[in-house]
Amino acid sequence: MEPMVRFEKVTKRYGSLVVLDALDLDIAPNEKVSIIGPSGSGKTTVLRMLMTLERINDGVIYVDGEPLTHVARNGAMVPASEKHLRKVRVNIGMVFQHFNLFPHMTAVKNCMEGPLRVLGLKKDEAYSRAEDLLGMVGLADKKDHYPSELSGGQQQRVAIARALAMRPKVMLFDEVTSALDPEVIGEVLEVIRALSREHNLTMLMVTHQMGFAKEFSDRVCFFYEGKIAEQGPPDQLFGAPRNERTQQFLSAVLDAG
Amino acid sequence: MELFNSIFNGSAVEAVLSPLLKGTAVELLVPLLKGTVVTIWITLFGAITMTVTGVVIGLMKLSQFWPVRFLSIAYIEFFRGTSLIVQMFIWFFVLPTFGFEMPAFIVGVLAVGMNVGGYFAEVVRSAVQSVPKGQYEASIALNLPIASRMRRIILPQAFRLMLPPWGNLLIELLKGTAIVSLITLHDLTFEATSLNNANFQTLQNLGTALVIYYILGRFVIIPIVRAFERRFNRGISRSTA
Amino acid sequence: MEGLWNWGFVWQIMPILMEGVIVTIEISVLSYLLALVLGLAFALLRRNPRAWISRPTGEVIEFVRSTPLLVQIFFIFYVGPQFGVTIHPWVAGILALGIHYGTYTSEVYRAGLEGVNKGQWEAAIALNLSKYQTYRDIVLPQAIPPIIPTLGNYLIGIFKETPLLSVITIAELLTRAKDVASDHFRFTEPYIMVGVIFLVLSIPASYFVNWSERRFKRGYGRK
Repeated sequence: MEPMVRFEKVTKRYGSLVVLDALDLDIAPNEKVSIIGPSGSGKTTVLRMLMTLERINDGVIYVDGEPLTHVARNGAMVPASEKHLRKVRVNIGMVFQHFNLFPHMTAVKNCMEGPLRVLGLKKDEAYSRAEDLLGMVGLADKKDHYPSELSGGQQQRVAIARALAMRPKVMLFDEVTSALDPEVIGEVLEVIRALSREHNLTMLMVTHQMGFAKEFSDRVCFFYEGKIAEQGPPDQLFGAPRNERTQQFLSAVLDAG
Repeated sequence: MELFNSIFNGSAVEAVLSPLLKGTAVELLVPLLKGTVVTIWITLFGAITMTVTGVVIGLMKLSQFWPVRFLSIAYIEFFRGTSLIVQMFIWFFVLPTFGFEMPAFIVGVLAVGMNVGGYFAEVVRSAVQSVPKGQYEASIALNLPIASRMRRIILPQAFRLMLPPWGNLLIELLKGTAIVSLITLHDLTFEATSLNNANFQTLQNLGTALVIYYILGRFVIIPIVRAFERRFNRGISRSTA
Repeated sequence: MEGLWNWGFVWQIMPILMEGVIVTIEISVLSYLLALVLGLAFALLRRNPRAWISRPTGEVIEFVRSTPLLVQIFFIFYVGPQFGVTIHPWVAGILALGIHYGTYTSEVYRAGLEGVNKGQWEAAIALNLSKYQTYRDIVLPQAIPPIIPTLGNYLIGIFKETPLLSVITIAELLTRAKDVASDHFRFTEPYIMVGVIFLVLSIPASYFVNWSERRFKRGYGRK
């Protein structure tokens, strides 16, 4: 089966610092993958490159069989143009750590913006889709509220609805609970949990919530210094980590509670 | 007196360059550079005027006595509420009828200096007010008298904050000197427009004049201000900046 | 005419001066509109990732900003005839003011654009919005409101600098004053009244801009 997402020898450098080192990673359709690791290990960069927020220095990323960041020309891979990027990245959606909701639009308008402008939906179609999605994340009654009137957890749920409105094949979650107060983390995780159960979505999540990662993932990848140090089913990685670094990281995280 | 005049009106420059450049493609530089000398002098004296009036008026605005404050505010509102050309015309054409007859050079310097000085006054006031309150409190605790406190603690720190805007205002000053060409001073702009009325080669005459102003601003004034900034920032960590 | 100050003369010349004020206002508004449009264009060009676009634009902006407006006015007015093209004085005046102040407003736009949270751009990318849509729907609606007071100040600035256009025969306020002064050989009242008129118009305008800036700051936090 063709992987939904493939990283092929992807390298990312900031000056002389190598953030991702010839990364090979395949993600199957509908697979739920968690990415964990210490800060600076490159885990957020993986997501940001997939969302084309960062340019890659070496290697190629494929989404649903199509090269995302490059185009094949005369047998070689050359960096893709903005036009091509837009064509392929329509399959990917992202939820950010700091929500990044549009402050000058209501919740429902936030969710309508993508479908209206990019997918070309009519206004009433976009509106009803937005309404449904807000209902799905439990915020139907807040649809006419501005982000400044919502709590962090509510804003993040709107952000999830906004990303889903584009009907992406791949959803990226970049530490989506790290900026939230503890008491609202649960409501966001619940939405993600429901999402993973009820929809055919490939989901890639960078997180510090180990308990959730264990419950929700098909596979967990532990990143260390730009490479995957270890990966496997959650029971195996959390229960019996083989790599020394993995063990160190997990025990440090568990100690911190 | 002749020597005095010839320093200020650039005839020395003309005497030197004229034989060199006459008949060449760049012979327009002769009158232009002659005018540039005048521009530089006006800018220099104007800068002194601007700095002095700015500091005085700015500090006046912080006075406890409301008449002093009122005067300062009136000054600032007048000089900022009208444009330089209007002020210069009033200085040059109107004041003589009230008995204030002055050579055009003095009028030019005062008009430009006091105009930009009005803007600098606000910079001074704001800089002094930006010095952290703790500095005032520490000097009160040390029982320093007001004059000492201002001179040795507050003003030196305010000074540092004033430098970048001071540099910007110097550029504004330089741009403002062009207006003295309208009150019969033979500055760069006057020479450029006179030349232009003679041979209508606007692109060359006025274009070169613009370039000379640009060079004066970017390659003379800015580096001088930067040098000042470096000197006065010695030993200061950027933590509060 | 007798005396240091003659009120009769003032009333006599007022209608003429007022005609000049109207021209002043017309030119100010037109130049300002040009400056607003050019400023945004300059700011966007400066942000262009292609260095061969952004650097030269930056240099040109710096050059125009740091050189005297008076010389630029002469330049634009007389450069046309040098190459056989006559320019109407109003066109030259509006171009000169508009371009010169366009460089100022471009800095203001830049500040406004920088003030938009970086995450907004990223969210727009994640939703696959085009650059144009991103600017139109997301960035500009957030960038513009905070800078409106500063932009308003530049209208006042243009208004005060219109007398410079008297050198290219535009019949604004200062030109009328000069005409009247030379007709009657009396400078005092005309020029003082010009100063008074500018003060009377620009001081309240500045206070209005400052007041609205404070009001804006309070109101925007709500959103």
